Amino acid sequence: MTGKRLRRAAYHFLAAGGAFLMVYPVIWLFMSSFKPSELIFVTAGKLIPDPWIWDNYVTGWKGIGGLHFGIFIKNSLVLVVLATIGAVLSSALVAFGFARLKFKGNKFWFAVMMMTLMLPFEVALVPQYILFAKLGWLNSIKPIVVPAYFGAPFFIFLMIQFIRSIPSELDEAATIDGCGKFRLFWQIIVPLIMPAMATAAIFSFYWRWEDLLGPLLYLNRPSSYPVSMALKMYLDAETISNWGAMFAMSVVSLIPVLIVFFLFQRQIVEGISTSGLKG
Amino acid sequence: MPMRFAAWKNQLTGYAFISPFLLGFLIFTAFPIAASLYLSFTDYDLFTAPSWVGFEQYERMFAGDPKFWRSLRVTFLYVFVGVPLRLTFALLIALLLNRASRAVGLYRTVYYLPSIIGGSVAVSIMWRNLYGDEGIINLALNLIGLESVRWFADPAAALWMLITLSVWQFGSSMLIFLAGLKNIPPSLYEAASVDGANPLQRFFRITMPLLTPVILFNTIMQTIAAFMTFIPAYIISKGEGGPLDGTLLYSLYLFRQAFVFYDMGYASAMAWILLLIVALLTALVFATSKYWVFYETKED
Repeated sequence: MTGKRLRRAAYHFLAAGGAFLMVYPVIWLFMSSFKPSELIFVTAGKLIPDPWIWDNYVTGWKGIGGLHFGIFIKNSLVLVVLATIGAVLSSALVAFGFARLKFKGNKFWFAVMMMTLMLPFEVALVPQYILFAKLGWLNSIKPIVVPAYFGAPFFIFLMIQFIRSIPSELDEAATIDGCGKFRLFWQIIVPLIMPAMATAAIFSFYWRWEDLLGPLLYLNRPSSYPVSMALKMYLDAETISNWGAMFAMSVVSLIPVLIVFFLFQRQIVEGISTSGLKG
Repeated sequence: MPMRFAAWKNQLTGYAFISPFLLGFLIFTAFPIAASLYLSFTDYDLFTAPSWVGFEQYERMFAGDPKFWRSLRVTFLYVFVGVPLRLTFALLIALLLNRASRAVGLYRTVYYLPSIIGGSVAVSIMWRNLYGDEGIINLALNLIGLESVRWFADPAAALWMLITLSVWQFGSSMLIFLAGLKNIPPSLYEAASVDGANPLQRFFRITMPLLTPVILFNTIMQTIAAFMTFIPAYIISKGEGGPLDGTLLYSLYLFRQAFVFYDMGYASAMAWILLLIVALLTALVFATSKYWVFYETKED
């Protein structure tokens, strides 16, 4: 009996200890953001700030070059919302086509789509840039947002799996009642695959919020920078005096990500486990 | 005749639904890949027309650019040390968490949190600062009696910042392993116990073989993702890939060639070499998979 209890205590000690090590860097970042800049590294070994100050958040929020941090957050949100709407809706449309419609080439194009999942994006990067330059889209959010409206293979795959779990009798009944394919999709399938669409939206939010490469390539004006680029600006201007502000704004940039994470854990776990979506 | 019309209509409806993907694939993937193959045989700076130079870019890459070889070496180290470590951690923690206990849900959340936030600039900035001369990594090293390491001065040490950041994000692979573990029927373990198999035998005779398809999937996806790592290298080295190219991952070097030096021809040649490397490795893993991946035969 005591042996069993001892084993259980050892298990929880190991698992909880590992978990603590995993989040320690994040806790350290959070705590450091409340320390005076000049003390962050002098007291790196101590977690609790002494004195505990808010100044880093005040100076950090003032931003760089007269642009306060709220502008960067707004820019990020615009990118996230526009790209997410496009990716989720177009992916649902494509997923329905692959999962439910019979046409020549269905299997072939599905295989092509799965192959694109394994394609290193770098191979298309340069010509894409040239294409957007020729279209006159540089220095706008179009190169980042517009491609989202052409479906995202990961989301399509996720939704196909979800649609396949819905009994096809529903479609057949609807078709007999004279329901066209688009109405069938919009009025019957879409409401049923809402959970999968929500999962896709959550991952789209993460990828767009954290994306650096797109903004780095296509946005040149600081006034149109999203949060990821704003943090890069802080890093480029890194001096001992603004470590605190950089830490504070890093924390601010993680808050939306953490809120979504804790609210939608179930969807995230399911999304990763069923389709291998990368977190 | 009406039948034929209906058949045509079905084809058209099908293609209409998948048309966003088809168009996107042609415009943003297929055409750019073909274009980058063409560009890799040219000299192109984005402002003057591309001029055909044959295999010159490839010759320069293989014979005249030591930075390319350093970048390739750094990337291979990053991939072939980082991915196995990441998958090992993912599997070990998945085994640890594969039991019924109320605390397990909490542990699982904490272990995969890093893979959700890990791709962000904020975390890369955080990681940079963990490894400062007075950062907590050095403090921890001192605590166990080791000497401080100057992470930003030594190229071999610098790469470990990127590798540990990648390993720290083992959470998504862990979730996929956990889902795989849940799919193993408990009756197999019961039968094995009845036959007197010890836990180690049960692990190597039941768990591992039945997990091999998941291991295959994780290996391929994580390897490809590792070859594409960009943000951490870019942020941790402030865009330069230093010290002495110690963090110059392939994607970062390609990015610099294309968008810092505007050498689009050379960058395109690099992109195609990367495509070939990834395709070759994936093919290799698939080809060997029949020797080590165990596929269950379907029974009713």
